[in-house]
Amino acid sequence: MKRLRSLLFTWETLLVLLLLIGCVIGSILSPYFLSGFNLEYALPSNIMEIAIMALPMTMIIIAGEIDLSVASVLGLASVTLGFLWERGNPMWLAIGAALLVGVVAGYLNGLLVTKLALPSLVVTIGTLALYRGLAYVILGDQAVSNFPTAFTNLGFGTIPGTQFPWSVLIFATLVIIFAVILHFSRLGRQLYAMGNNKEAARFSGINVNRIKLILFVLSGGIAALAGIIFTSRFSSARPDNAVGFELDVVTVVLLGGVNIFGGRGSLLGVILAIFILGVLQNALSLVNISGDIQSLAIGLLLIFSVLGPNIARNIQAVIARRRFAVGSSKQA
Amino acid sequence: MTTTSQDVERTRQRSHVNQARLISRVSRVRESGLLIALIFIIIVVGIQAPRFLSVDNFVQILLSVAILAIVAVGETLVVLTRNVDLSVGSMVGFTAFVTAYFFKELPGINLLLGILLGCALGLILGIVNGLIVSFGRVPAIVATLGTLYAYRGLVFITAANTTSQVNASDVPAGYLALATTQILGIPALILIAAIIAIIVGYFLRSSHAGRQLYAIGSNPDAANVIGIRKERLVFGAFAASGLLCGLAGVLWGARYATVDATNATGLELQVIAAVVVGGVNIFGGSGTILGAVLGAIVLGTVENALNILNISQFWLQALYGAAIIGAVVLDALITRWLQRTILARRKKA
Amino acid sequence: MYSSKQISKGSFFLPKLKRFNPLITIVRRAISPVKLTPEEWIKVIKPAEPIVELHGISKQFGGVQALRGVDFQLFPAEVHALVGENGAGKSTLVKILAGIHRPDEGSLKVDGKAIELRSPTQAQSLGIAVVQQEPMLFPDLDVAENVFMARQPRDRFGRIDWKRMYREVDQLLASLDVSFSSHTPVQGLSIAEQQLVEIAKALSIQARVLVLDEPTAALSAHEVDELFAIVKQLRERGVAILFVSHRLDEVFAIADRLTVFRDGTHIITTPVSQITTEETIKHMVGRELSNFFPKGEAEIGEVVLEVRHLTRPGVFADVNFQLHRGEILGFAGLMGAGRTEVARVLFGIDQAANGEIWLKGKQVRIRSPQQAMNYGIAYVPEDRHQQGLIMNFSIATNITLSILQKVSHLGLINPNQEQQIAQEYANQLSIRTSGIGQLVNALSGGNQQKVVLSKWLATNPSVLILDEPTRGIDVGAKAEVHRITSDLASRGLAIILISSELPEVLAMADRVVVLHEGSISGTFTRSEATQERVMFAATGQDR
Repeated sequence: MKRLRSLLFTWETLLVLLLLIGCVIGSILSPYFLSGFNLEYALPSNIMEIAIMALPMTMIIIAGEIDLSVASVLGLASVTLGFLWERGNPMWLAIGAALLVGVVAGYLNGLLVTKLALPSLVVTIGTLALYRGLAYVILGDQAVSNFPTAFTNLGFGTIPGTQFPWSVLIFATLVIIFAVILHFSRLGRQLYAMGNNKEAARFSGINVNRIKLILFVLSGGIAALAGIIFTSRFSSARPDNAVGFELDVVTVVLLGGVNIFGGRGSLLGVILAIFILGVLQNALSLVNISGDIQSLAIGLLLIFSVLGPNIARNIQAVIARRRFAVGSSKQA
Repeated sequence: MTTTSQDVERTRQRSHVNQARLISRVSRVRESGLLIALIFIIIVVGIQAPRFLSVDNFVQILLSVAILAIVAVGETLVVLTRNVDLSVGSMVGFTAFVTAYFFKELPGINLLLGILLGCALGLILGIVNGLIVSFGRVPAIVATLGTLYAYRGLVFITAANTTSQVNASDVPAGYLALATTQILGIPALILIAAIIAIIVGYFLRSSHAGRQLYAIGSNPDAANVIGIRKERLVFGAFAASGLLCGLAGVLWGARYATVDATNATGLELQVIAAVVVGGVNIFGGSGTILGAVLGAIVLGTVENALNILNISQFWLQALYGAAIIGAVVLDALITRWLQRTILARRKKA
Repeated sequence: MYSSKQISKGSFFLPKLKRFNPLITIVRRAISPVKLTPEEWIKVIKPAEPIVELHGISKQFGGVQALRGVDFQLFPAEVHALVGENGAGKSTLVKILAGIHRPDEGSLKVDGKAIELRSPTQAQSLGIAVVQQEPMLFPDLDVAENVFMARQPRDRFGRIDWKRMYREVDQLLASLDVSFSSHTPVQGLSIAEQQLVEIAKALSIQARVLVLDEPTAALSAHEVDELFAIVKQLRERGVAILFVSHRLDEVFAIADRLTVFRDGTHIITTPVSQITTEETIKHMVGRELSNFFPKGEAEIGEVVLEVRHLTRPGVFADVNFQLHRGEILGFAGLMGAGRTEVARVLFGIDQAANGEIWLKGKQVRIRSPQQAMNYGIAYVPEDRHQQGLIMNFSIATNITLSILQKVSHLGLINPNQEQQIAQEYANQLSIRTSGIGQLVNALSGGNQQKVVLSKWLATNPSVLILDEPTRGIDVGAKAEVHRITSDLASRGLAIILISSELPEVLAMADRVVVLHEGSISGTFTRSEATQERVMFAATGQDR
């Protein structure tokens, strides 16, 4: 009985419920919502980049850090790709360079955080502006869009015999890899240990700084991959690609039940949150609410995913105190 | 024996005096350093392009900096308490749009009433931030990242339900004149910014609440022990930041005349850059209004110089990012160096 | 380190002091050689009414009784020393006076009126000022603002009157004869100077009670002299001073009366002139030995670890010792003597500036905990919650955190192996739990400590450093930890036991190394080591 109740009140159960409610509302709002095309094509892929970047972000936040520069790294990688392609370089080189740029950007974040012992929050606010700025420096207000179909198929084309785009396959593979790392590997265990208590982690022989560096490099690399997918999906490399996506990524991770101070959370929750965000955006788009206004909903979602548990805890504390007061007055 | 011990004592005292001087010199070095950097930029750019040196151009720089400076003043209040307000750009955008729309719909309205409306709107948004951070105990960065987008969403909703854009021809001339009027030959915009900076600077210097903002940022536990009400003051800082964003929004509408839902997007990065370049410690506890305003002026001057030297404006954002990183890294290195120097001196003493 | 001669140099400053009241001094000097009973003594030099009076104060922290019904009185114009071993309850008493903790039982009177101290601000308003060991100041602000924060003087327009504030603080500082000014930023001040800022703060609120909690722990000899001159001067002004310390030479140099606490109980209060250092130490250390499990027989083998001239500037200097297989080497000393600091260097958390570490005949450099672990060194840290455990992790995951490499294959953790190893240790150390999946934050202190022990035994170390392994755990668990420690030694482990509980060290250790202010002040074999001898070495007394 107790176990059943504790299962009913986990954050993940709440998210499943939220997802179902979202689907019901979505299908009431629009008859197209539950159509096969919408479910298979639009739902998972319209927020593909956010979904992919949320994976390393989950790890970073669980380890007690944050990376706000991901959307800018995405933009910078996208621009690098476009710039090199436009100059007549082969596609593989452009893709490789874009990934490298992401890794280097992440490495710089990691260096500033570990070598100078600066909080990642401050560092990545700075690089959020810096990397986006570099993207503008490289391409200015131009856009590159004459990509080969083989490349744009990555985003547009579907896996033969299904209606799933190729990017869904990439996402699914990444989810499996990240789930294994986070929940079954040594590194994953160390991440949780760091997020709970960095000092105790250090006293247990965990190389905290090296792991932080790895995380930021990973985050940069994945953001670059997201940049490549974004470029492919929209067939366009522009310096303002994915501006503000860091909001969505952080929102998804916190909504997924990951504690902002680190140490707690699961990938399952984040995956559910990704789907909730997908459903939300999809439903809002179907009723013709523009992306700019959608950000209102997402901003509120972000705040409430932290505020909600805080308030719940406060209420619990008040109830407990009242119960205690009643108990002690009885004794007296 | 006595002479030696007196000698030791004297050296000790001297080393203490030196140490105190060293620290106050370093803490003041930021503002003078900024001034020197400013003069250096002015000379270098002036040689390249003499028209940069005209009085008219300097007035232009100050005009372009005025609104940024007002917002930076509010941001300073928040940053001093070890928090950050990322939503400033959206608050400015919201109030600018609503104020301009208000004047468009009710052209006959009293100018002052419109200004008050804008300020009140900003204040409300700031109060919401303050409530979430102070009493909801949501980390400032998460709360204001959320409201950055939520408030921007509000602008778009307002715009979608009214008019997508307010043009200069739509609003009364009296409103636009806010930005162009001159008082005693000085543009009103610059005067307003200066007055705001002086008032808030005075508040930080001469009121108990002002000093307590520093105390909270410098050592929250110690502040708690002596009975400083941290929640209230942090709430107040966010509310004040909102109020100043409201005023900045009113002026933004007047200055740029044409406002749409995207105005002042990304302003938060400029503001944070100005504040940290101006020597306000991003971890709270130290920094001055003068520093923040100087930081804004330096950034504005650089922007103007890029313009005059025909360097692409696309460098600007990278510059803001580099400025934030540079200032924070510099602070970290200076602190480290200072600690090491003091330790070494003490060991010798 | 400081002889009484050095301290009397403090009188050199006396003529400079302001508001000097010669009468009291003359009276005190006139009567001090006369032997009086404590009651008579109080009647002669003190007014009849104490400023602060504690009666039957008890305080418990999660199963550990910190104070048991203590009585305590503090009179105006006295320096009252409170002494006792670590854990005797001194700090708890200080925190109760500071308004930080509230007693579970007992009453507190200020000026004869019963008062409930609820907050530090309330304590301040009653004229009780506490100078903590680590001063709580605002590093970014200057001295004057630190003194007056939240109560800066204001002019008639309500503005802060900076001129007046600096003037008043300068006056305060002048009376304290310090070498910094009201404009000096606090972040450059030494701990000693920061304490002086706290004292200036106490003066500015016209404190009638000044509590100094281990004020000399971080001070140089010269700084101690300066502090004492100020304390004497405050006494002349009628301030009651509670001087908490375990440095007896200082206590005897400055205090009028002293009180000894032991295990949270009040042992004795007496005029300083009526008691000797030897007697005081006897009162401090007279603890029961019966609860301790003596070390069993173990064959002492070859040298496993040798440390030569190990130095970390400002922390410890020239530390030398050898540790043998099967041996328990006790590290005794007072708080801040440098014991934990040596352990941190051995475990690679901090780096030594000079000196050599030899492991099994080879010289090694230990740069990180990972390296230390590879060399077979394990460290059970003093702070279980902050350093030893991940409180939100289960017993099993805590135990295997140090051996993740061992229980994983290709980077993936083998859950069966993990459970098996964890279960093995849980059984071996008889951790009482509903299962090894239980979170450690739900365990008792003793069981938590056994989890930490398991975690380090799992690394199969050859050198085990135990830092205060029985702090804050109940008597039964203590005995178990002792049995386990003894067991490990008999199986050939080389163990360093850092403990502030002398009986524990004496019962467990084959040899005892005593540290005093960062250097070794004595090494005793088991038969040589008595509580008195060790305490003498730990307090830096020559014998």
